[in-house]
Amino acid sequence: MRRLTAGRLITYVVLILAALAVIFPVYYVIAGSIMSPGQISSYPPDLFPHGIFTGNYKGASSSGTPIGQQYLNSILQTSIITVSQLITSVLAAYAFAFMKMWGRSVLFGLFLATLMVPWESIVLPNYLTITGWELGGQRLTATYAGTMIALVLPFLANAFGVFLLRQSFLQFPTELRDAATIDGCGHWRFLRRILLPLNKPALTAVGLYVFLSAWNQFFWPLLIGDSASRRTLQIGISQLNDVEAADPGLILAGVTLSIVPTLAIVIFGQRFIVRGLTAGAIR
Amino acid sequence: MLVPCLVVFALFIVWPLGKSVSLSLHGSDLFGRPDAFVGLQHYRDMLGSAEFRHILWVTFAFVLLTVIPGVLGGLVIVLLLEQHIKGIRIFRTAFALPFAFSVASASVIFATIYNPAIGLANGLLGRFGVDRIGWLTDPSWALISVSITTVWMSIGYNVLVLSAGIGAIPAEINEAATLDGAGGWRASRHITIPLLGPQLFFLIVISTIQSLQGFGQIKILTPEGGPEQSTKTLVYSIYHTAFANNASDFGAASAQAIVLLVILLVCTAVQFGVLERRVHYK
Repeated sequence: MRRLTAGRLITYVVLILAALAVIFPVYYVIAGSIMSPGQISSYPPDLFPHGIFTGNYKGASSSGTPIGQQYLNSILQTSIITVSQLITSVLAAYAFAFMKMWGRSVLFGLFLATLMVPWESIVLPNYLTITGWELGGQRLTATYAGTMIALVLPFLANAFGVFLLRQSFLQFPTELRDAATIDGCGHWRFLRRILLPLNKPALTAVGLYVFLSAWNQFFWPLLIGDSASRRTLQIGISQLNDVEAADPGLILAGVTLSIVPTLAIVIFGQRFIVRGLTAGAIR
Repeated sequence: MLVPCLVVFALFIVWPLGKSVSLSLHGSDLFGRPDAFVGLQHYRDMLGSAEFRHILWVTFAFVLLTVIPGVLGGLVIVLLLEQHIKGIRIFRTAFALPFAFSVASASVIFATIYNPAIGLANGLLGRFGVDRIGWLTDPSWALISVSITTVWMSIGYNVLVLSAGIGAIPAEINEAATLDGAGGWRASRHITIPLLGPQLFFLIVISTIQSLQGFGQIKILTPEGGPEQSTKTLVYSIYHTAFANNASDFGAASAQAIVLLVILLVCTAVQFGVLERRVHYK
């Protein structure tokens, strides 16, 4: 048992204060979402809810911004991007790790170079291109399906996933790979039956990372989507903030609903995320 | 097998990059489509204008106000967590929580807290007899308020990365230090911090890139680029020039987009040149 010295006491006090400061907004969004309108705007402020007031959640789901529909839009958009990036990244990472071809390292360098281009530098041409497309005589973004296509199209592939999976694939023993080839195991069979099952942790890390960043997208979804029912949840809650400014409890209820999936990932999937997110930091 | 990636990159990254350069050399019509070739006119206008110098200054200030507190705060927290404290798992999860918040959700929460009339920030300060602060309406506070939100969002990630870095330090090194009588803060200063070099360097580079690209928190907290344009960063200005109030000046906005790309590349190159040489890799 360690003695509680003055130094350790200070350590604890500073840590607890820092933790309170960091957690406070998290607490406030949940506590505020179950406070009655009178309580949340009371002065001096009241930090602890008196019982559970569900009116904010009812209000958030029936207000001018259709949160339920936007939730579905976000789930659809995020799922398409995640599945697509997993597939495109696996294919490219496989080629870079196992296939001999001319100019492979130069091409890989070019792939990584795409990560250096900030989205904001290329968003305008992409906007002009995609909103300029027509499908069946009308603008692509005039229909629900078209809006969804516009939302996901630029993000169907990303070099970060390729980089991470290639790192993971390269650790596969070459002898085993050669043995499989000699036994007549082709590329597809090897990929599906042997390589992917053995790389589940890396695939999970990439999947969670892509999911989080797609779910949290803001700039592009702000530009795409003409009507409230076609917007993503992120845009929805920011508009809730503009429209319902006088009713903070309702806004916080909307935010609470929107963070459920990502909060679950951070609390339960932390170790996978750490793998994925820190892969670039450790050489 | 490379084809799917190549198609996406070519269509939505490489080609638009060339197109951005071309747009920046043209004027735009009412709908943002390029018309007459104007050469370097947009760049000349930009570099000669006091407004653009102000935008660059705000961008620079925003990077400083977010990267330094974010990385230092993360470092202090992680070093404290290393002092064999109890309940370390609870603390770790607590510090990782902001990571679950999207830029939109974090900004909306802080908008509620900063609300001048009924917001919590002024309410709590009022209890201590402090006057109301115009968090988002006072030109000298707006950028600070947006930065506080940004630091809060980044601290979870910084703690995760630095914790992983500390976990990778071999136990023998710490044992040797303890045997030699270096405990607590001396060990942190002379052993842990130098060995965290790669992670700290990575965080500085990544945070700078992210701050330069910060948009959602500025758009949500200060919809018009802040009082007296005090939060109008380069990325916000790109958006504003192209989309706000039907401006549709895609030519000028593209010139700013190219400047953003150049600043980002130069910043990253400088950080690699200056900082990386001082980083100790195992």
